[in-house]
Amino acid sequence: MKGTILTRRALIRGAGSVGGALMLSGCDALFDDPAFRNALEKGEDLHRITQRALGGAALAREYREADMSPQFRANGSRSVADAAYRQHLVQGFANWSLRVDGLVERPLEIPLEALRRLEQRRQITRHDCVEGWSAIGQWQGPRLASVLELARLSPQARYIVFHCADLYRGRPYYESIDLADAFHPQTILAWQMNGRPLEEAHGAPLRLRVERQLGYKHAKFVTRIEAVASLAGTYGGKGGYWEDNGAYAWYAGI
Amino acid sequence: MNGRPESLAKPGSLTKDAPLVRRHRLSTRLWHWSNALVLLVMLMSGLMIFNAHPRLYWGEYGANFDPAWLKISSARIGAREFGYLQIGSWRIETTGVLGLWHDAQGHLQRRAFPYWATLPSRYSLAGARIWHLAFAWLLAGGLTLYLGWSLVNRHLQRDIHMTRREWRPANVWRDIVDHARLRFPAGEASRHYSFLQKLAYAGVLFVALPLMIVTGLAMSPGTDAWAPIITEVFGGRQSARSVHFLCAFALVAFFVVHMVMVLLAGPINEVRAMITGRYRPRPGREDGV
Repeated sequence: MKGTILTRRALIRGAGSVGGALMLSGCDALFDDPAFRNALEKGEDLHRITQRALGGAALAREYREADMSPQFRANGSRSVADAAYRQHLVQGFANWSLRVDGLVERPLEIPLEALRRLEQRRQITRHDCVEGWSAIGQWQGPRLASVLELARLSPQARYIVFHCADLYRGRPYYESIDLADAFHPQTILAWQMNGRPLEEAHGAPLRLRVERQLGYKHAKFVTRIEAVASLAGTYGGKGGYWEDNGAYAWYAGI
Repeated sequence: MNGRPESLAKPGSLTKDAPLVRRHRLSTRLWHWSNALVLLVMLMSGLMIFNAHPRLYWGEYGANFDPAWLKISSARIGAREFGYLQIGSWRIETTGVLGLWHDAQGHLQRRAFPYWATLPSRYSLAGARIWHLAFAWLLAGGLTLYLGWSLVNRHLQRDIHMTRREWRPANVWRDIVDHARLRFPAGEASRHYSFLQKLAYAGVLFVALPLMIVTGLAMSPGTDAWAPIITEVFGGRQSARSVHFLCAFALVAFFVVHMVMVLLAGPINEVRAMITGRYRPRPGREDGV
């Protein structure tokens, strides 16, 4: 008889690869199902609630100078194309200022020099990237709380949004945190890293440090801070660039 | 295992086989299969997370400029491109499986673990984290419930606990020899776990799975703030990440040996016992067969 000879080995291999492919596509299809995906993403709320309940206002670990990474990896946007930003960079940010607005009683334009004159906090902390790597560096700047107290938050304010000068893959980068993290003692607006003014690759002139969360929350090139009652009205509504464009969790404490 | 013999054979039916006995409790069976599924999801989504930064370090920090003790990558020598796994200074080419492989559509990919081993199958760190971090709750919750219930129903005390007599070198050595010769206990003895079996199951229940959970938590910057000890005991976050990975592969090794033993011991009887709870003791000298 002519025809394909199906050996037992080929049959097993065939069945194995069909089974494997079915399982793979099955899991991928399941993940695309909105109800299932939604249920999985509820894990994020569980993490946030548990961590806040157990951790409260606990401080992130701080290290000694000897513990610091010899070289601190820069990730995400490493340069900014915006013309106004390039001009400020050339001028050493001498005429640059940070805008604070939204749900505040006193909107502010704070020059970098004024931020440097506020009470400073210096901390050596570990930066954990969502990808899995870590680097230890020293950061200095005023507490975000000091700046928010100057601007006087309205009672309706629930979140602080950080608008950045960079575009990542053509879209504006932004991030947000809630008031629990905004008023945390280690949450600072760092203008100095490892004893020197921030380099462009690390977010000059100002980057957020929110030490109990992953790297993508630490917005670089911060130009404007906005207090809002809800995240729904900002860009994609999920509270950050990666949250909107990549399904990353808004609460990045884990 | 209940250890209570119970004849299920119809009265009068002639059978040479020993009667079925109750072996695995409902709690054991439920946890066994649900945990198997959870671990598969954890492994596959974990491999995808690893793909985002396919290097492992010792210590508190570790990134591209720092020396990695394990690395999966691809490189090019002249026109030839290849994938490789590097551990210390030892390197092995892994083209087709690790570092450089073709996906289901035939496109060349330069990621560490191939599409058929990861969840999701297409590169997505965010997607893998959603799977991994949601199923982590099922893993930890399931293990806690199972261990708690197994204490209450005395499964741990009766079936897993190793007595001083079992720890005697002569008994340990005999069990090793029996396993090496693939000589499995028969009759009454086949109804209890042997020393190595207990050791393997206790190792999974009390060492490997708890270590997976603790090293996983050690990587969380939020947890690290309120429980720094979790990271410190491993010598830093990157060490904890390395232990997490090593532990995952220890569980894969357990799975492989587990499958081989099930196949050798009689897969139908063993799988039936883990589904229905009923087990047919192996015929042997003690039964006079």
